Amino acid sequence: MLTLRTDPHTPWEGALPRMAKKKANSRRSDAERMASQHRQANISEYFDRNIAQLGFNSKQKALVTAVKEGVDNALDACEEFGILPSLLVQTIPMADQDVLKLIIRDNGPGIPRKSIDGVFAQLLYGSKFHRVQQTRGQQGIGISAAGMYGLKTTGQPVRVVSKPQPKKPAFEVILKIDVERNCAEILEEREFTDTKDWFPDGTGVHIEIPMKAVHKKGRQSVDAYLEQTAIANPHAEIEWRAPSGEVFLYERSSDELPPATKEIDPHPHGVELGDLERMLKKTPEKKLGGFFNKEFSRFSPSKVKTVTAAAKLTPQSWVASVEHPAIVKMHDEMLATKFMAPSTDCLAPIDAKNLLRGLSKEIGAEFFAAETRSPSVWGGSPFLVEAAIAYGGKLPRDEQSVVYRFANRVPLIYQQSGCACFRAVQEVAWKGYGLSQPRGALPVGPLVILLHVASTSVPFTNPAKEAVAEHEEIAKEMKLALQKCGQHLKRYLSRRNRMRRESERRDVFHRYIGEIAANLSAITGAVQEDLVSSLTATAQRHTEAADIELDDEGNVIEPSARGKADPNVLILETASAPQVSDDDTLFGNASSRRSR
Amino acid sequence: MAKKKTVRKTTRKKAAARSSGGAVPSPAVVAKKMKKLRKKPAKKATRRAGAGGDAGVGKAIQGESGRLAKQALAEKDPQFTIPVRANSNTEWDEASRILRMGDRTQIRELFNLGQARKFMQTTLQQRGVLELLEQDKTLSLRGMYYKGLHTIAGTKEKTFGDQDESDTVLQDLEVLLGALREELHVFAKKRGTMVGNITVRDAGDEIDCRRMGTGGYAIPSICEPDVIEFVKCEADFVLHVEKDTVWSRFNEDRFWEKHNCILTEGSGQPPRGVRRLLQRLNAELGLPVICLLDCDPWGHYIYSVIKQGSMSLAFESERLAVPEAKFLGIRADDYERCGLSDDVKIALDDKDIKRAKEIMAYPWFADRRPWKKEIERMLRNGFKMEVESLITKEISYVTETYVPERLASGDFLD
Repeated sequence: MLTLRTDPHTPWEGALPRMAKKKANSRRSDAERMASQHRQANISEYFDRNIAQLGFNSKQKALVTAVKEGVDNALDACEEFGILPSLLVQTIPMADQDVLKLIIRDNGPGIPRKSIDGVFAQLLYGSKFHRVQQTRGQQGIGISAAGMYGLKTTGQPVRVVSKPQPKKPAFEVILKIDVERNCAEILEEREFTDTKDWFPDGTGVHIEIPMKAVHKKGRQSVDAYLEQTAIANPHAEIEWRAPSGEVFLYERSSDELPPATKEIDPHPHGVELGDLERMLKKTPEKKLGGFFNKEFSRFSPSKVKTVTAAAKLTPQSWVASVEHPAIVKMHDEMLATKFMAPSTDCLAPIDAKNLLRGLSKEIGAEFFAAETRSPSVWGGSPFLVEAAIAYGGKLPRDEQSVVYRFANRVPLIYQQSGCACFRAVQEVAWKGYGLSQPRGALPVGPLVILLHVASTSVPFTNPAKEAVAEHEEIAKEMKLALQKCGQHLKRYLSRRNRMRRESERRDVFHRYIGEIAANLSAITGAVQEDLVSSLTATAQRHTEAADIELDDEGNVIEPSARGKADPNVLILETASAPQVSDDDTLFGNASSRRSR
Repeated sequence: MAKKKTVRKTTRKKAAARSSGGAVPSPAVVAKKMKKLRKKPAKKATRRAGAGGDAGVGKAIQGESGRLAKQALAEKDPQFTIPVRANSNTEWDEASRILRMGDRTQIRELFNLGQARKFMQTTLQQRGVLELLEQDKTLSLRGMYYKGLHTIAGTKEKTFGDQDESDTVLQDLEVLLGALREELHVFAKKRGTMVGNITVRDAGDEIDCRRMGTGGYAIPSICEPDVIEFVKCEADFVLHVEKDTVWSRFNEDRFWEKHNCILTEGSGQPPRGVRRLLQRLNAELGLPVICLLDCDPWGHYIYSVIKQGSMSLAFESERLAVPEAKFLGIRADDYERCGLSDDVKIALDDKDIKRAKEIMAYPWFADRRPWKKEIERMLRNGFKMEVESLITKEISYVTETYVPERLASGDFLD
């Protein structure tokens, strides 16, 4: 399986849904069992029973979920191949009531013909068995489910145009999912040369799925999902064409691809009993010692002895001979034994500077702060938390602040109040940072709060993966990250207030100087202009603080001051001001893209 | 009219009857008494050293502004030094028995958030005053407010929010420049009336105050020697009464004619014009000033202001205070002495009692035993009395019996 990851022609397998292992497996067995036992079952029945609760249970949510699957896959594929993603998401209203044609096009590596069937028409195709890696794909259930939803609601097939090789023409496939056999039913297939300028970068995929769907604006809309995706992925460029004809362009603000995440072996504390049983069944190792050493991280020979001894076995015992009661005993012992914490270098944060880029690009605020915590461990899984805030500017003053939640860079837009992120925000004492906060509620003010949890295994509250479950270790990290942002905000607010006071002072002096100079001139005959200029100079001197603040931390970021600026903080002159100029050190190599 | 005449005739008859009976003193007795109280007139009208007429005030303004301009051009902080106009900066000058302003000063500077606006207003009104002086015109306080009022260039702010702001600045200018408001060519609303045996020249017009009908001569706000000149005066003394209603009673009864005096009123607390006039009548013509005021803390305070000067105008006491002024009544024991009915009593309320005690503690009352007794008596009575209470005896009792008796007996509080 690991080899698939490096095969350039099967990127989609790597990008396919990787759900928590147990669930993935049980669903797969559902599908298999169905295929054999209920050959007459029709697609709607299957869908209702297995897919509906995973995000296709309303016309509005189905659209968001389908977009989410397509976008997540596209981003994962692009990143894996080192391509800066440029995505098009488009919905075209069809003749039938509430039917939309969803188009998702990317500039990724394309999908080779032989993988098409699997990717689009086979549930959980390529899903990896015990893969421990931070990927977006953890989130979803696959584009094939979207295709299935489309087929169920409109009876129409999926159209795929793929161009995996820059120098060869693209091909077009029209296919249906065959639930009973869990494979694709190819309806049409041909070379496709009429791609116009669909793939300017030489490769890419274009998908069309007709489906019953409704687009509505709001907090749980495609708009919100894509906006937040753009915030968490400043290296991506997304064009969104809503059914109304509106076009939103989320521009790229960073040319840095997120670092590739490493895949690591599971940590003994992160494996459940069922996982252990399956791993034993699948392992090529013959002896227990080899099994624990190769399949897990952090298993030293002495620990292997301890664990096997608990089941009255030894490292030399044959894997094949291990019975269920012994597995239970070994599993218990594994959880009871202390192991080194899992390595954490497999995590890829969005990173504070990218969060600042993403937020400042999409949110018209005046102040931004971000904090990336060092990795930590929950259960047997490494995780890290990032927080960011945007304050002031065009944000509404008297409303509850808005919370953006992300898990492995994927926006979570449902189940807000049940999410650990939301509770962490509520539990931070924002009053101390200069905001008002009703007891036990979100702070009130012009504030957007962002929380990102990156982990090889994000704990979710439900199978639809809509909210992060409460875990002490994660909640603690969230609060620490938020507090750090709060401290930045407090500093900014107090400086801003001081600066305002000073510039108000200056305003007052300036207001009267003209008047006074005119009077003194009329009485004494002194030259009015001279009086004005001397008095102005004196006033300037008296309110120097206003200038100092402007340079240091104030509204205008001077080029000379930027080098010294805190990399976790960004302050904009006005909400609508361009956030970077070409020589901006804070924004790294952003200039190269701009100059193109 | 006919009826009034009859009334006057009858009262005159009565007065004549009483005087012949020895009960009511004749005008001659009063005149004799008053002549004793006369003092030697001062040779020259009182003038302040600092100001010295329009030219002096103009120079003072130019001096102040010249200094500010110099400070400004040297990029120093321009500032005024203004004497503090507050009760706390008032001193009692025991020797001359007047209130004087202390020597505490305050700085008003441009580069102080709380003072910048006032600083601007101060320069603005100085400029306005200088214009008045140059054109030899005068304006009322309200006129000065409008003169300086405009929107500051480049803002929506007006130079003055209301007239009070302008008035305060003008008061500051008086102390800053050491000149009276009148010398700044600014006047307040006219208040106060005069009638009697005196002829004045007001802005060139000669006015015989014996021929003023029922209304009397309205005392102008500016009573400086260059505006009001005393042409001829044959009166023996000045009787100052608290209000216009009492004054009308005396005027109708031709009291000033009978007793050869000048009759003034100040509509309650007398304005500066009235006080300056009283001071000049006393100082320049040597006339005794006798006050007929209510028997209440307010009346006592009016007397105090006429005699010692007020705290807010302490810097001008020398030109406004009449240390020789005497208090004729109403006295606290008049209720019994004149046999007044209970109906005239007005109960003292808590505020009155508090005020009375404050007045009693003023150093200029504290060292006068009769005054102490007087106020204690009023507090013991528990009521106050207005001058009008004497009307319950008879319409003209106050003019024909009460005041002449008092004048003849010389029973004054000092």
